[in-house]
Amino acid sequence: MAYSFPEEVLEHVFSFLSSDKDRNAVSLVCKSWYEIERWSRRRIFIGNCYAVSPEIMIRRFPEVRAVEIKGKPHFADFNLVPEGWGAYVRPWIRAMSAAYPFLEEIKLKRMVVTDECLELIARSFKNFEVLVLSSCDGFTTAGLASIAANCRNLRELDLGESEVEDLSGHWLSHFPDNCTSLVSLNMSCLGSEVSFSALERLVARCPNLRTLRLNRAVPLEKLSNLLHHAPQLVELGTGAYSAEIRSDIFSSLAEAFSVCKQLKGLSGLWDVVPAYLPAVYSVCSGITSLNLSYATIQSPDLVKLVSQCQNLQRLWVLDYIEDTGLEALAASCKDLEELRVFPSDPFGAEPNVSLTEQGLVSVSEGCPRLQSVLYFCRQMSNAALITIARNRPKMIRFRLCIIDPQAPDHLTHEPLDTGFGAIVENCKELRRLSMTGLLTDRVFEYIGTHAKKLEMLSIAFAGNSDLGLHHVLSGCESLRKLEIRDCPFGDEALLANAAKLETMRSLWMSSCSVTFGACKLLGRRMPSLNVEVMDERGPPDSRPESCPVEKLYVYRTVAGRRVDMTGFVWTMDEDAATARL
Amino acid sequence: MSPPLLGVEGQSQCNVSFMASSASEDYISQNGLGLKERNYLGLSDCSSVDSSAVSSVAEENKNNLNLKATELRLGLPGSQSPERESDFSLLSSVKLDEKQLFPLVPSKDGICSLPQKNIVSGNKRGFADTVDGFSESKATMFTEGNWIFNAAGSGSDSGQPKLSGNVLSNRSSGTQSDIKAEAPVKATQKCDNKTNGSNTNSAPAAKAQVVGWPPIRSFRKNTLSTTSKNNEEVDGKPGPGALFVKVSMDGAPYLRKVDLRTYSTYQELSSALEKMFSCFIIGQCGSQGAPGREMLSESKLKDLLHGSEYVLTYEDKDGDWMLVGDVPWGMFIASCKRLKIMKGSDAIGLAPRAVEKSKNRN
Repeated sequence: MAYSFPEEVLEHVFSFLSSDKDRNAVSLVCKSWYEIERWSRRRIFIGNCYAVSPEIMIRRFPEVRAVEIKGKPHFADFNLVPEGWGAYVRPWIRAMSAAYPFLEEIKLKRMVVTDECLELIARSFKNFEVLVLSSCDGFTTAGLASIAANCRNLRELDLGESEVEDLSGHWLSHFPDNCTSLVSLNMSCLGSEVSFSALERLVARCPNLRTLRLNRAVPLEKLSNLLHHAPQLVELGTGAYSAEIRSDIFSSLAEAFSVCKQLKGLSGLWDVVPAYLPAVYSVCSGITSLNLSYATIQSPDLVKLVSQCQNLQRLWVLDYIEDTGLEALAASCKDLEELRVFPSDPFGAEPNVSLTEQGLVSVSEGCPRLQSVLYFCRQMSNAALITIARNRPKMIRFRLCIIDPQAPDHLTHEPLDTGFGAIVENCKELRRLSMTGLLTDRVFEYIGTHAKKLEMLSIAFAGNSDLGLHHVLSGCESLRKLEIRDCPFGDEALLANAAKLETMRSLWMSSCSVTFGACKLLGRRMPSLNVEVMDERGPPDSRPESCPVEKLYVYRTVAGRRVDMTGFVWTMDEDAATARL
Repeated sequence: MSPPLLGVEGQSQCNVSFMASSASEDYISQNGLGLKERNYLGLSDCSSVDSSAVSSVAEENKNNLNLKATELRLGLPGSQSPERESDFSLLSSVKLDEKQLFPLVPSKDGICSLPQKNIVSGNKRGFADTVDGFSESKATMFTEGNWIFNAAGSGSDSGQPKLSGNVLSNRSSGTQSDIKAEAPVKATQKCDNKTNGSNTNSAPAAKAQVVGWPPIRSFRKNTLSTTSKNNEEVDGKPGPGALFVKVSMDGAPYLRKVDLRTYSTYQELSSALEKMFSCFIIGQCGSQGAPGREMLSESKLKDLLHGSEYVLTYEDKDGDWMLVGDVPWGMFIASCKRLKIMKGSDAIGLAPRAVEKSKNRN
């Protein structure tokens, strides 16, 4: 056309667009823009591996360089998704190995990755640079050896919290001597000891190494050696932070840390011996991210460390910190944005530490930038929640886990509806919410009314009736992921809001009251949704339609029914209950 | 958007009354509270259905049948089961117009609704309920070995809202017994759930838990267990390694995972596994002709697991399959990679190997 730019110009303009939203918008302008955009898209994010197929992705985007895929539903983290459910990455890797020879990055979350996949990756992509496997499983250290040995330009190898069958630490020695490209290495989830000399040499020859997260087996006495080779580190995950208390070890450690002027993130810290903590004091003022969630040390030691980190933005810590420690945190760390407090003894019947709702209230009062909270505790009150909500209206992520999932307000014995109601009403930017405690349908009414930006909601042991679910599905306009367990939600709300499910990524309901009949109906009527029922008791059609299903997972998809389901997953569609493969 | 607040008043009032009572007869009484039927979904057809739950079932049936063509119903076709009683007045009266749900789809389904779903959704999670119901049903429940819902009277359900078996325990019908038969899975969870609370007896270890609660990732759980064990160890050397091992059972569709560190004796492990796989065994019994509603006694289950039917085996670090129980617990934990519940007949020949191995170790 006379008036249009040459394609090259448009392509150049589009190359500045990194957000998928923008690119998707651009593709809708006209056919030629669609074409130009699709040839120029280099990064793909797939939030649900079953929402689309590798073939569809490849057909539309032929020149991709980086792919990120997520698999199992979030509740898989808590053993609610049985083994063998799915999320196999193999079909993706195989398709991409043929179609994307120049692929550079693969990031996977909650997917099943086998050694065969890792070998295929290592062989197929000559320019491969980044492999991130968060919470994945299915592979062994032998697969890692293939990656190490064959990926000449490997920059990033991050195993996240994957479940790796650890055959030996030998895989690390497979990095060739001429590999100098590493920028980030995270092997903290592995158990076996790697050859320290191989590790040391690797670290020494990679001048661009910024992130090094060791596994627990790397002894503290040797940490200073590594730090000497990599003073440019920005993020360090130590191994076990314990050793015999010796002044020579201490001083060499302290000296090694003092050279790491760029260090911003510190993690690992398993089995901390408090006497060695002062060795890191020299870097504390630069630390912005501190993960003490495996450090089983008491509050005074925690406070001593944390109060030195005035620039702290993110803190993960065990509840050993207690209310007093959180108060101290609130006083020293005014830049704090994210706080996660994990339980040290989640299965104990009685509290073992003095951590209550007060700790969180203190932090909400003292830290003006606090926007992301994950808090495990044993008691909560509406008053505290209301205070927190009023203090921090800019809250974005709020996840509260009371160990007794139906605990009422411990002062008034009422449900925590008004507390959470205050959260959603005041925190208008809230994107993620997890709730526990005694909660009635009322809290869902508040959520449906106020939580307009909420994207992810996790509910457990809450509500009284379908009305609760209805409020959420009909009111939360931005809702993308909803996960529910053990709530009395049944068919009505689900079916009445069937269309809403097409606007969401996924819905998980386990141990609720949704019947098989409703699932069938939903599956039949909504062809763009995969309605999957999981039931250990056997095929759902062997029970009456009124029988509730154990687990229900509904997600939108353009790829049709899954074909890789195992014996306890059934898809509801036109063929109804017999749709099992 | 349909007015979400409509009916909230009525609903929550109803719910409060649900919470205060556990038995089904209270459902009838709540109509006496003067609760108004609310059309919370903004649908107009509901008025045709009598909201009073006390009205006879037959009348309700008639109303339902009239609207069959346009109503969404679920359940077995043609069934208006007698248990469609008073307790679901709240929700059952809200008939979902299929047209509303699926505006482009001609309403054809003539499936009738079955009340059970309503019951289930209407009467759950009352907190007071759970505590009261629990203490009163405690005695009966645990005589069945911790994993079976007992039919006796307790209308309460301490936190497992899903199964209507509990609520319907006073009535008997074919469908309910199916649900009841499945109850054990949830019963386990239920019992476990209450361990934290008022329960002081029966739950074996303090570690009996609801599946997946609290929501902590395995990696963290493993790490914490190892850490706490280390604090007691003399040499203090951290022993990572997976504490979660997979447990499979011949013929069971699911694999399970257990955290070996939460048990300290073989007995504890064995009880936990019995609970975990009991539902599958019940299924098997059912398929062999025993009526599903019959509850297996604890002793019968033990017979199944400990008698000739099944044995517990494990794969050790060398890849050999051994019988569980031959070596000291500590040694077992250190070498167990995975567990398998085998049929007794398949396990013949494992015992000698175990003895051999321990000889070799010594």
